[in-house]
Amino acid sequence: MWDYTEKVKDFFLNPKNIGEVENPDAIGEVGSIVCGDALRLTLKIDKETNRILDAKFQTFGCASAIASSSALTELVKGKTIEEALKITNKDIADFLGGLPKEKMHCSVMGMEALEAAIANYKGIPVKVEEEGRVVCKCFNVTEEKIRKVAIENHLTTVEEITDYTKAGGGCGECQAEIEEILKDIWSVKAPEKPSKPKKLTNLQKIALIQEVINREIRPGLQADGGDVEIIDIEGNKVIIALRGMCTGCMMAGVTISSIQEKLRELVAEDIVVEAQ
Amino acid sequence: MQTIYLDNNATTKIAPEVLEEMMPYLTDYYGNPSSMHTFGGQLHKKIEEAREKVAALLNAKPEEIIFTSCGTESDNTAIMSAVESYPDKKHIITTRVEHPAVLNFCKHLSRKGYRVTYLPVNKFGQLRIEDLLKEIDEDTAIVSIMYANNEIGTIFPIQEIGEILKQRNILFHTDAVQAVGKIPIDTNKLPVDMLSLSGHKLHAPKGIGALYVRKGTRFYPYLIGGHQENGRRAGTENTASIVALGKACELAAKNIDDEVKYLSRLRDKLESSLLKLCPDTRINGDVNNRLPNTTNISFEYVEGEAILLRLNEYGVCASSGSACTSGSLEPSHVLRAIGVPFTAIHGSIRFSLSRYNTEDEIDKVIEIMPSIIKNLRMLSPFGRDKLPKECR
Repeated sequence: MWDYTEKVKDFFLNPKNIGEVENPDAIGEVGSIVCGDALRLTLKIDKETNRILDAKFQTFGCASAIASSSALTELVKGKTIEEALKITNKDIADFLGGLPKEKMHCSVMGMEALEAAIANYKGIPVKVEEEGRVVCKCFNVTEEKIRKVAIENHLTTVEEITDYTKAGGGCGECQAEIEEILKDIWSVKAPEKPSKPKKLTNLQKIALIQEVINREIRPGLQADGGDVEIIDIEGNKVIIALRGMCTGCMMAGVTISSIQEKLRELVAEDIVVEAQ
Repeated sequence: MQTIYLDNNATTKIAPEVLEEMMPYLTDYYGNPSSMHTFGGQLHKKIEEAREKVAALLNAKPEEIIFTSCGTESDNTAIMSAVESYPDKKHIITTRVEHPAVLNFCKHLSRKGYRVTYLPVNKFGQLRIEDLLKEIDEDTAIVSIMYANNEIGTIFPIQEIGEILKQRNILFHTDAVQAVGKIPIDTNKLPVDMLSLSGHKLHAPKGIGALYVRKGTRFYPYLIGGHQENGRRAGTENTASIVALGKACELAAKNIDDEVKYLSRLRDKLESSLLKLCPDTRINGDVNNRLPNTTNISFEYVEGEAILLRLNEYGVCASSGSACTSGSLEPSHVLRAIGVPFTAIHGSIRFSLSRYNTEDEIDKVIEIMPSIIKNLRMLSPFGRDKLPKECR
């Protein structure tokens, strides 16, 4: 069962803005019934101000597809088309309090429908998917789309690309090709990681280490019946003790180095983690 | 809110009689059946009694039953035993619609150098005997074909296939996890060498299964260690669950004919009502030859996960072949194999009943389902007139 937020459930069970606006000024259609999800977005736009007066949707798809579509209509109403164009799939997901990662493609579909509708309003002919080189033949995903979504969402693995675009999720034949595209994107520009604070006082550092361990490390260990405790922090050295199932676990070494990696990523690069 | 559980091909409720029977072996009688003292050793007798009950349901001999931990272990054991027993034979035949316990195990073996043939099925999910005959050769170590399909309920002609394979002296395994306890099976007449069953599909707990191995069949154990199960499956016996499986089989054997009638009546009522009340629906699978408790219905223009979550709001539990419910993006391999169009797979719902379902529950589903479908279709950009031509 998917772990949907209350807001996703609410927007699925009681979706807002369903149907089609009368005499729409813009129509955006994406997806297909064969792929398993499709969205038709219609907008009423004030031609003087370019402001979106009304938005309605029709969606074929799962709960998160319906909720994402409804969220999109709520997000765009009242915005000018310039403002609306700045909406990304992440905004849709955030509006819903987050989506399971396997369902992020639902938010991408929302963003694409909006882009298609605005292009339609501006009189730009709808970009035919075939124009770009199709990488994933099962779901008809182009290289252009993979690049765009990867860069916007800092995606670095094939699985993430599948979660966001479905590409690679059918027969799996194109996975090597997606890997190449990702290599190409990120060899030029490393993905922006959440930036870590520049300079920390000792107290701040200790607090941050505790926070990272509590937030990022312990839930995973606890799920496997283990745990970790901070024993002491001396300068850049963090001394920890593994507890529960982690004690004497063959993978303890791996666990410790992954804790170190996480702390280096989020606190400071020179951190060394040692077991008590 | 009352739960209406119509997902019994996924798992079933533990029968109260079963729970009662197993309870003492979780509390007071915790000994090891292999022990020398009476406290543990006396449990050995309980295990043998349970074995007799499982055997009785299948009309088998008690020594032909090996207890395992689940249906998957039984399936893996059967296939592995065949390839270990006949090391020169490198060919396995199965079908495209097997449970992952067989399908993925065969894929695993194909990476190890085995040749695996996956037999196709027709639009009703039926096999063609000619296809099987074409594929059999001297290199074939085992044929593994499910008794009944978990998603659509189609029953395979195991009798006919078994007779053919027996003539040719080829080992035959059937994954009968969905069939045992739901329809009568008589291994005395059925020419199979090995047969898998699983406890939690017939009102025993999860974590217990069994493999029937016909007397005289070459067998090689999968779990190797202690001498339990006559050296055919190592590991300390799961006494409580074994006792539970015995009781569950006894209950099934006692009521099976009445249950077949009861379940097919409720199932048919549910199915025909939904088909009548919801336009643009279709039944997937072979309506004339399937499990009495299963129906798989496609609702066009709407997606399965959305239907399930709307049903969930009423406490109704079912399942879907839609890609969105699978964790991967792959829609049901069974529905694809029987050629259901993608559009209909996305909107497929499986209802699977058990003896604990009541007519009131079925009536409740019949009452709520049409409005759920209608409501979701109102949300959908597709419909009878709106659907693109290539999808019709």
